Amino acid sequence: MELMSTELIDWSRAQFALTALYHFLFVPLTLGLSFIVAIMETIYVKTGDLKWKTITRFWMTLFAINFAIGVATGLIMEFEFGTNWANYSWFVGDIFGAPLAVEGILAFFMESTFFAVMFFGWNKVSKGFHLLSTWLVAVGSNLSAFWILVANGWMQYPVGMEFNPDTVRNEMASFWDVALSPVAVAKFLHTIGSGYVIGGLFVIGVSAWMILKGRDVLEAKRSMVVGASFGLLVSIFLAVSGDESAYQAAQHQPVKLAAMEGLYKGEERAGIIAVGILNPDKKIGDDLHPIYGDIEIPYALSFLGYHDVDAFVPGLDDLVLGNEKYGIEGAASKIEKGKIAIKALEEYKEAKKADDQTAMSEARKLLDEYMPYFGYGYLEKPTDIVPPIALTFYSFHIMVGLGMWFIILFLIVLYLTMANDITRFRKVLWLALLSIPLGYVAAEAGWVVAEVGRQPWAIQDLMPVGIAATDIDAGNVQVSFWLFALLFTALLIAEIKIMLRQIAIGIKGGH
Amino acid sequence: MFETLSLHALQVYWWIIIALLGGLFVFIMFIQGGQTLLNQLSSTEDEKTMLVNSLGRKWELGFTTLVLFGGALFAAFPKFYATSFGGAYWLWLGILFSFIVQAVSYEYRKKEGNFLGSKTYEAFLFINGSVGTILLGIAISTFFSGAAFTLDDNNFVHWDVGTRGLEALMEPLNYLLAFAMLFLVRIIGGMYFLNNIDHEPIRTRTRGMIKRNIVYFLPFFLGFVGWVLLKDGYAYNPETLEVSLVSMHHLTTFLEMPYLAGMFLIGVVMVLVAVFNSVFREKNCCIFTVGIGTVLTVMALLLNVGLNNTVFYPSTTDLQSSLTIVNAAGSHYTLTAMSYASLMVPFVLAYIAYVWYAMDRVKITEEEITSSDEHHY
Repeated sequence: MELMSTELIDWSRAQFALTALYHFLFVPLTLGLSFIVAIMETIYVKTGDLKWKTITRFWMTLFAINFAIGVATGLIMEFEFGTNWANYSWFVGDIFGAPLAVEGILAFFMESTFFAVMFFGWNKVSKGFHLLSTWLVAVGSNLSAFWILVANGWMQYPVGMEFNPDTVRNEMASFWDVALSPVAVAKFLHTIGSGYVIGGLFVIGVSAWMILKGRDVLEAKRSMVVGASFGLLVSIFLAVSGDESAYQAAQHQPVKLAAMEGLYKGEERAGIIAVGILNPDKKIGDDLHPIYGDIEIPYALSFLGYHDVDAFVPGLDDLVLGNEKYGIEGAASKIEKGKIAIKALEEYKEAKKADDQTAMSEARKLLDEYMPYFGYGYLEKPTDIVPPIALTFYSFHIMVGLGMWFIILFLIVLYLTMANDITRFRKVLWLALLSIPLGYVAAEAGWVVAEVGRQPWAIQDLMPVGIAATDIDAGNVQVSFWLFALLFTALLIAEIKIMLRQIAIGIKGGH
Repeated sequence: MFETLSLHALQVYWWIIIALLGGLFVFIMFIQGGQTLLNQLSSTEDEKTMLVNSLGRKWELGFTTLVLFGGALFAAFPKFYATSFGGAYWLWLGILFSFIVQAVSYEYRKKEGNFLGSKTYEAFLFINGSVGTILLGIAISTFFSGAAFTLDDNNFVHWDVGTRGLEALMEPLNYLLAFAMLFLVRIIGGMYFLNNIDHEPIRTRTRGMIKRNIVYFLPFFLGFVGWVLLKDGYAYNPETLEVSLVSMHHLTTFLEMPYLAGMFLIGVVMVLVAVFNSVFREKNCCIFTVGIGTVLTVMALLLNVGLNNTVFYPSTTDLQSSLTIVNAAGSHYTLTAMSYASLMVPFVLAYIAYVWYAMDRVKITEEEITSSDEHHY
């Protein structure tokens, strides 16, 4: 295996990031709004109140506009592992392909089949069957999120597999270890949580705008009750699942956690930086103070990462250079072990060609022992294990800060809607409206933390991005990058314009 | 249950599933076929809207089948997924782009403020139906004609030509299948309209269209079948796995596996019967006959290229790099696990069939399309 050119890797990563971030502009709203419309339709079916049917259909129309572009941007994700990460697809395809296929069988058909009933079935099927279809669309969307996050979780924490030197790939050893990996489950809960919060923000934001404009006020207020109660519940759930995600990062990706917190020197009873600016001159191993103007929440990081306020949280210095006192192995030693694994694989191949059984079994033994370090062998220097710190740090803090804001916002909006007359609180309505884009900022920042924080790995410890890409001239990827950028941007503009127009038409205005 | 099967039995089982999915996908491409007929079969805007809405209730099924096809190949034959998608980069990206633009077009075409204008979205639908179908046909044809790749000792793919998949467009024989598919999906699309839309002017135009398209279809289809059966086929020795060219291997496979040949012939006959019934006996129910016929025909062809020690993705530059169901498949464990997942397929097909039935009991009419109480595309 050889490292590809930096240019190719950069363009391949850029294209994947571009398509994934675009896709994730639409997915969260699908996840959240699907449940919200299902709740609204349930109220309609229970009460028989036609106003609720009008409300349901309005939000369903917005759902469909968003859903279409989510489907469009999602297609490439299914194939891009092959087109742009072919080596990766072979090296781990025996494990990674399974959740994608299961997603197709279990989730996508459910979504697409019942989607047609949900939109065209109002006068064709019974009320009960229609309601069931709406719920099944929501369940299908969330199931699909589960399986794709199982795949992503596996990249962060590869489990349930064995390396086969004959085929030069990793092979699945336990489906359930892969599917129910704690990282996958935490990722699933946190990601759908973010989708639900965006659903809630979208509904209260759009409803707030209608109230501000004095249009369809009654319907908007009713929507607001559903959006705010749903939003409050799920934003608390999001915080809890975020805590679990951080715990999993501490257990399995300590470098990522250290980068998220800008923690260089590990410490016991470590605190969390609530606010701060990174010192741009700070390097691994020097004595500069890493963060300016920091406000710290004491003990919080130890507790978050290890559920123990006294725990030692390793910093980047410890992880890169090693820390004997706490038994932390430095990257240099891991790189050496990785090189042994790579050499053993080559020796195995040679011995196999020569049909030398003894040499084969010796090489195999060595390989099995050092395989957990395999990917390190492709790194050049110890600091290569560190992801871009600033991007990871700021994204994480923006995400957490916004997450807190959403809880407060839902609380205020719900209180004012239920116990008071929200229509009189115009500033709150404006805040609700302006918080819609913030939901997207938080969700995308979350992905940046997860994926940029994973660097340099395509698969944690096993395969750096440098050997994972398809062997292709970088120019090809550059061209396809711009094609995607152009097309997705055009479609995004169309989506937003149509959405705004539909909102302007209003709840009672049509569907 | 599946654990006890041999690795090879699982490989065969999964190739059968891939062939079935391939067959179902070509059938559901009646949506693509229909998308090329929107102007031809309508004379008013309302008629066009009826056609769009008729397809609009099914397009996601086709899209989903394509996605599942990708996922199933990844899981069951990961070497194909890595080699072909990574190697024939532009061929596959071309196909994907045509489907990306399809996905928004139904929903956005008639919406106010749609930025690009209705005509653009209609053009997207047409491009997906025509260019998308032709590119897919060419991609599938490379299963028979081969591609220029080498796999290294890590099984990583290296494409041997800089055109990255576009070279398949320069091979004239690949167009036989491409155009056969285009005309076939237009025919099936027509039969879907006959069944789904209760509107006489559209039905009359559709029957005429089917009559013309079967005439275009047959030479391309027969040309493709003749080429495949008479050409040298790529086959491997089951003991040594060594790949070599074998004279008329695909014909031999049909002769050695007569049930495959039978499946193929029954499929073709069903398609022809469906065309005859639609055009001359003016029946509207032939979508199911033509559907089963298409699935059987495509399945038989894909089984022919995968079974009987045949190479299903030949390398023209390094014969021994060619992919077979033996060397491209997943491990015994993964294929077993996926086989359990595949037990869900009949259940999925059952609810799709039920929903199809429940939704299409009432056919699309002009009144429905012009009613303001309905969701329309």
